[in-house]
Amino acid sequence: MPAPDVLIHARGLAKKFGDAVAVAGIDFDLHRGEAFGFLGPNGAGKSSTVRMIGCVSPPSGGELTILGLDPVADGPAIRARLGVVPQEDTLDVELTVRENLLIYGRYFGLPREVISERTARLLEFVQLTDRAGDQVEPLSGGMKRRLTIARSLINDPEILLLDEPTTGLDPQARHAVWDRLYRLKQQGVTLVLTTHYMDEAEQLCDRLVVMDKAKIVASGSPRELIERYATREVLELRFAIDAAPDLDGKLQGLADRVEVLPDRVLLYTDDGDAAAAAIHQRGLRPESTLVRRSTLEDVFLHITGRRLIE
Amino acid sequence: MSGALKVLSHHLRLYRRVWKGSVFVSFVSPVLYLASIGVGLGSLVSRGPAHAIGGVSYAAFIAPGLLAATAMMTASSETTFPIMARVYWMRTYDAMLASPLTVRDLVGGELLWLCFRLALVSVIFFVVMAAFHTVHSVQALFAIPVAILSGLAFGLPVMAWSAKQRTDTPFALLFRFVVTPLFVLGGTFFPIDRLPRLVEDIAWLTPLAHGVALTRALTTGQAALSSALGHVTVLAIYAAIGIAAALVTFRQELAR
Repeated sequence: MPAPDVLIHARGLAKKFGDAVAVAGIDFDLHRGEAFGFLGPNGAGKSSTVRMIGCVSPPSGGELTILGLDPVADGPAIRARLGVVPQEDTLDVELTVRENLLIYGRYFGLPREVISERTARLLEFVQLTDRAGDQVEPLSGGMKRRLTIARSLINDPEILLLDEPTTGLDPQARHAVWDRLYRLKQQGVTLVLTTHYMDEAEQLCDRLVVMDKAKIVASGSPRELIERYATREVLELRFAIDAAPDLDGKLQGLADRVEVLPDRVLLYTDDGDAAAAAIHQRGLRPESTLVRRSTLEDVFLHITGRRLIE
Repeated sequence: MSGALKVLSHHLRLYRRVWKGSVFVSFVSPVLYLASIGVGLGSLVSRGPAHAIGGVSYAAFIAPGLLAATAMMTASSETTFPIMARVYWMRTYDAMLASPLTVRDLVGGELLWLCFRLALVSVIFFVVMAAFHTVHSVQALFAIPVAILSGLAFGLPVMAWSAKQRTDTPFALLFRFVVTPLFVLGGTFFPIDRLPRLVEDIAWLTPLAHGVALTRALTTGQAALSSALGHVTVLAIYAAIGIAAALVTFRQELAR
């Protein structure tokens, strides 16, 4: 029996579509008030996991308890207490912003007065108050996303599920969405999100699991993962395409680990500047050098040997 | 049931934006058909042997057939593109299924919505029929629910199939090779017994032939209880199969 503050409890959770394995037995616990992330490339099994948590996709195996209930038997009762921001917007684009919230609130059986009181508050929250009476269709992608977030909060959910909440948004719109999600987190809303953006996971998640090929390959806080799987800093070297030197042996001893990518070379070290100076002393002349903090992308690269965004 | 009503109210809210045009078309199309084919063509046809079409004017003969056929047409347009859009293009159902609504509610809501659309179209059609003096009996009023049932008998199986479609090409084929031939050969414009035997037998396998036969018997005042029950049974079986199939295909597509 999971502890009372565990909102989602999964053990050996699996999802198969015919012979294809989307999720191959994963374990995790989600605690009240935390922001929990599933990080991984497309096809890693993140969305399938979120669909199982959202009680629309029945698990093929393993154990899954949400809010102490069984998602297969108590789907509607669980969904009444969840908010869902799907990967693709599912708004009624012919209707107005306000009507979208009204219709959606009705799905949850909320009385009209409650919906209109919450609508005012939620539109304020996502900064769409002045668009309340406008049709949704012509709104920008960022505005639609914010409306989707407002809509997902209409039932005052205990857990908010976000499937790639900022995929396809321009940087400005993405930051606007992050800002809103960060505020929700501050207000104590429990967040579950999937993403393939490292910066998103670093900014929003207290704890995350890295998924690859249907499995969890690492878990911890962003800081812990970086400490465990990367170094404090990374030195990035770029060489001119036609002047890439033969690096064999020349980088030995300069870094804890070296990653040679098609377009650049990464040196994992606790002191990037010292490594850069040593590179020059050895007579290597990269076109550019960059010392930066290591990120979850470096973690992912280390764990799977592949770049995350493909 | 209350879940299905929520789905219905979603559709009604969208319909509120287009209802005027939709109702106008529902009036105009029977007027055009009855004026051109019923009265115009009928003035030539009525010189033929009247017993072949039950001793009524040609307009009175085709009007109930058109009523049933219109129900079928309305049902096909409501259960093809819009269903695929809600499954796939707009993902309306995904939004609904993120709430406490269930797949049963979706299918139930679509059933209610289809009933609403068919009732609206059939009532309007019936009013136009009456205006053209093609209603000859009190039992003719029963032609309205029979037309609705005919629409359901055709539309619900189509709905189950539409949920699986990902492009609109199959819909074009459905209209070209199923809906249009049925409209022309299903007994709307001439008695099916004039068709070659094989085609007649095939026609009786379709819901439209039963819908046309029964609405016609009702509006011309020649309905017999036993044959009426037979027609209703066939239509009800089609509708029931449609609902059962839709529950399966909706679940396959939306709750995998």
